[in-house]
Amino acid sequence: MKHEKIETNSGLLIVLTLIVISIGGLVEIVPLYLIDSTVETVKVEGKDTIRPYTPLELAGRDIYLREGCYTCHSQMIRPFRDEALRYGHYSLAAESQYDHPFQWGSKRTGPDLARVGGKYSNQWHVQHLIAPRSVVPESIMPNYPWLMDTLLRYKDMPARMRALKKVGVPYSETEEEYQANVERFGEEVAGWLDIRRAEQNLLKQAVAGNYDGDNSDVTEMDALVAYLQVLGTMVDFSKFDEGYFASFR
Amino acid sequence: MSSKETHKPAVQTTGHAWDGDLQEFNNPLPRWWLWAFYATVVFAVIYWVIYPAWPLGRDYTKGLFNTITYETSDGRQVETHWNTRARFLREMQAARAKQEQILQRLAGVPYQEIAADRELSAFAYSMAKVLFADNCAACHQSGGAGVAGLYPNLADDAWLWGGTYAEIEQTIRNGRRGFMPSFARALDEQQLDDVATFVLSLSGFEVDPEAARRGGAIFNGQAGGCYYCHTHEGTGMTSQGAANLTDAVWTVARVQATAGVEANKEAVKAVIRKGIQREMPAWAGRLDDTEIRILTFYVHQLGGGQ
Ligand code: HEC
Ligand code: HEC
Ligand code: HEC
Repeated sequence: MKHEKIETNSGLLIVLTLIVISIGGLVEIVPLYLIDSTVETVKVEGKDTIRPYTPLELAGRDIYLREGCYTCHSQMIRPFRDEALRYGHYSLAAESQYDHPFQWGSKRTGPDLARVGGKYSNQWHVQHLIAPRSVVPESIMPNYPWLMDTLLRYKDMPARMRALKKVGVPYSETEEEYQANVERFGEEVAGWLDIRRAEQNLLKQAVAGNYDGDNSDVTEMDALVAYLQVLGTMVDFSKFDEGYFASFR
Repeated sequence: MSSKETHKPAVQTTGHAWDGDLQEFNNPLPRWWLWAFYATVVFAVIYWVIYPAWPLGRDYTKGLFNTITYETSDGRQVETHWNTRARFLREMQAARAKQEQILQRLAGVPYQEIAADRELSAFAYSMAKVLFADNCAACHQSGGAGVAGLYPNLADDAWLWGGTYAEIEQTIRNGRRGFMPSFARALDEQQLDDVATFVLSLSGFEVDPEAARRGGAIFNGQAGGCYYCHTHEGTGMTSQGAANLTDAVWTVARVQATAGVEANKEAVKAVIRKGIQREMPAWAGRLDDTEIRILTFYVHQLGGGQ
C-alpha cells in the first residue's frame, strides 16, 4: 500500500493505528485469561480462603479510593527478599482477584499496605489517620481528621455490590447464588456476601469490630479501618508448602 | 549567500508532495542505529528461547536450559522452569543457608548465652534494630521510648507484663490487652478525688493524709476493688498487666513530677474515670520464631530486663 493512500485517508489511518497498537495489548493480556495458572487456587479444607470484601470493608475500600491513598501506597509485595523481610509474603494474584480496580500501584511514597492487616491495633490506625505525626514524627502523610466525624453513607451498598457482581465478584442475590457461595466459601462467609443482608451485615460488623473506638455511630473511619485490617490476612501461608505458589508460574 | 549554496543531495523522496512542493526525504538510517536495532532483535530471539515467553493457548513456552532448583518445606529438591517465585525461594534459602549456623544458635541457645556471646549478640542486635524499626517503632517509637498514655516505654525498667525473657517473648508472640474498667459510674466525684489522692500517695507525693486514708479504703474495699488487679500494696500484677502504682513511672496517666498535686490528681482521675483499653498486636503469624527471639533479646536489652 502506498504511503499516500494511508496518509490522505484519516479514517483508514485511525483503523490501522488501532490495529497496530492493539497487537501489543492482545499478546500481553489475552493469554492471562486463558492460562490456567494465572490465578492461584487457594483452598483450605476444600473452601476458598480468599473472599470478596464484606459490605463494611467494601465501603472502606471506596473511601480509600476517594481519598487517593493509592497515590502514595502500593498493595503489591514483589517476590524479592528485601520486600519479604519488610512486608511479609509476596502478594498472590488470587489476593486481588475481587478488587475492581486492583490497588497494586507502583508509587511508594509510603510503605506497601498489602499486608498491613493485623499489624497495628485499630486504635493506632485511628490516631495515625487523624494525625500521622503524633505516632510517626517524621511522617509526611496528610491528616484525615474528617473521617472520624463523617457518618458513613451505606444505603447504596447493595447497588455497589451489584455493580461488582456484574464484573464477576461472587456476591449473592438469589437463594441459588447464596447456596453456591456456601459451597465455595462456607456458610459464615456466604452470609457476609449476601446482597440482601448488606445493610444489616454492615452494621453488625461495625458494632462488633468497634473499629474507631466509638460505637455510638458508624463513621467513615470505621469502614476504612475495617478495610485496612483485612488487607493481606485472608491466606494463612503456614498452611501451604513454600513451593506451592511457585508451581503456578 | 553564494558561498553557502544549498546542496541538493541525491536522496530519494517518499514520492509524494503536499501543498504542491512539500516533500519528504527517505534517508537511510544511521549505521550505529541500525546495528543496535538488529542487536535487540537477536537479543529478543535468545530471550524467547531461554525465558518463559510465548503463550500457547492454555499454556506457554517455559524456556530452555534455564531451570531453578529449590527446596520445599519437607526437604524435597524441586527443579522448575525459570520463574520469579522459584528464584525468590532460592534467594531466601541461599541467604538462610549463609546465616544458618548463627540463626540456629540464636533459635536454640538460652537467652543468657546470646547475651554472653559477643558475636551472637552483635548479630542479634543488628537484625533486631531493623525488625524493630519495621514493626514496632510506629507504636513504641524508634528508641522504644513509647508515646505517653498510648504506647508504653520499653526502655525503662517498669514492666506491665513482666520483664523476664520468657514474659517478654510471650508478650511479643501472643500480644497483650491492657484493660481496666471505667469507674465513671461506680465512683462519685468525691470518691474519685479520694482514690486518686491515695494513688498519688503511693509513689510519694505529698497529699492530704485524710483524703488519702479515705481513698485507701475505696482502693482496698468493695467500692473500688482496685486491689483486685493492683494488689493491696498497689504494686501491680504482671498476670493482669496491671501497672505498679508505687513507682514513679506512669504509663497511662499524665502525671509529672514537676506538675502540682492538683494537676496530677486530675490526670489520675481522668484515667480512673475513663478506664483503659490498649492493645499490643500478636506477632506470632507475622514474624518467625527466630525473629521473635531476636526482638525479645533486643527489648530485654533496651532497658531493665529481669
Ligand atoms: C502523601 C502521601 C500519602 C498519602 C496520600 C497517604 N499516605 Fe499513608 N503513609 C505515607 C507515608 C510517608 C507513610 C510512612 C510514615 C507513617 O507511618 O506515617 C504512611 C504510612 C501509612 C500506614 C502505615 C503503614 C505501615 O506499615 O507502617 C498506613 C496504614 C497508611 N499510611 C494508610 C493510609 C491511608 C488509609 C491513606 C488514605 C486515607 C493514606 N495512607 C494516604 C504517605 C501517604
Ligand atoms: C499497634 C501498636 C503496637 C505495635 C506495632 C507494637 N506494640 Fe508493643 N505494645 C503496644 C501496647 C499498646 C502495649 C501495652 C499493652 C498494655 O496496655 O498492657 C504494648 C506492650 C508491649 C510490651 C510489654 C511492655 C511491658 O511493660 O510489659 C512489649 C515487650 C512490647 N510491646 C514489645 C513490642 C515489640 C517487640 C513490637 C514489634 C514486634 C511491638 N511491641 C509492636 C502497642 C504496640
Ligand atoms: C480489672 C483490673 C483492674 C482494676 C479493677 C483496676 N485497674 Fe487500674 N489498671 C489496670 C491495668 C491493666 C492497668 C494498666 C493498663 C495498661 O497499661 O494498658 C491499670 C492502670 C492504672 C493506672 C495508670 C497507671 C500508670 O502508670 O499510668 C492507674 C492510676 C490505675 N490503674 C488506678 C486504678 C484505680 C484507682 C483502681 C480502682 C478504682 C483501678 N486502677 C482498678 C487494671 C485494673
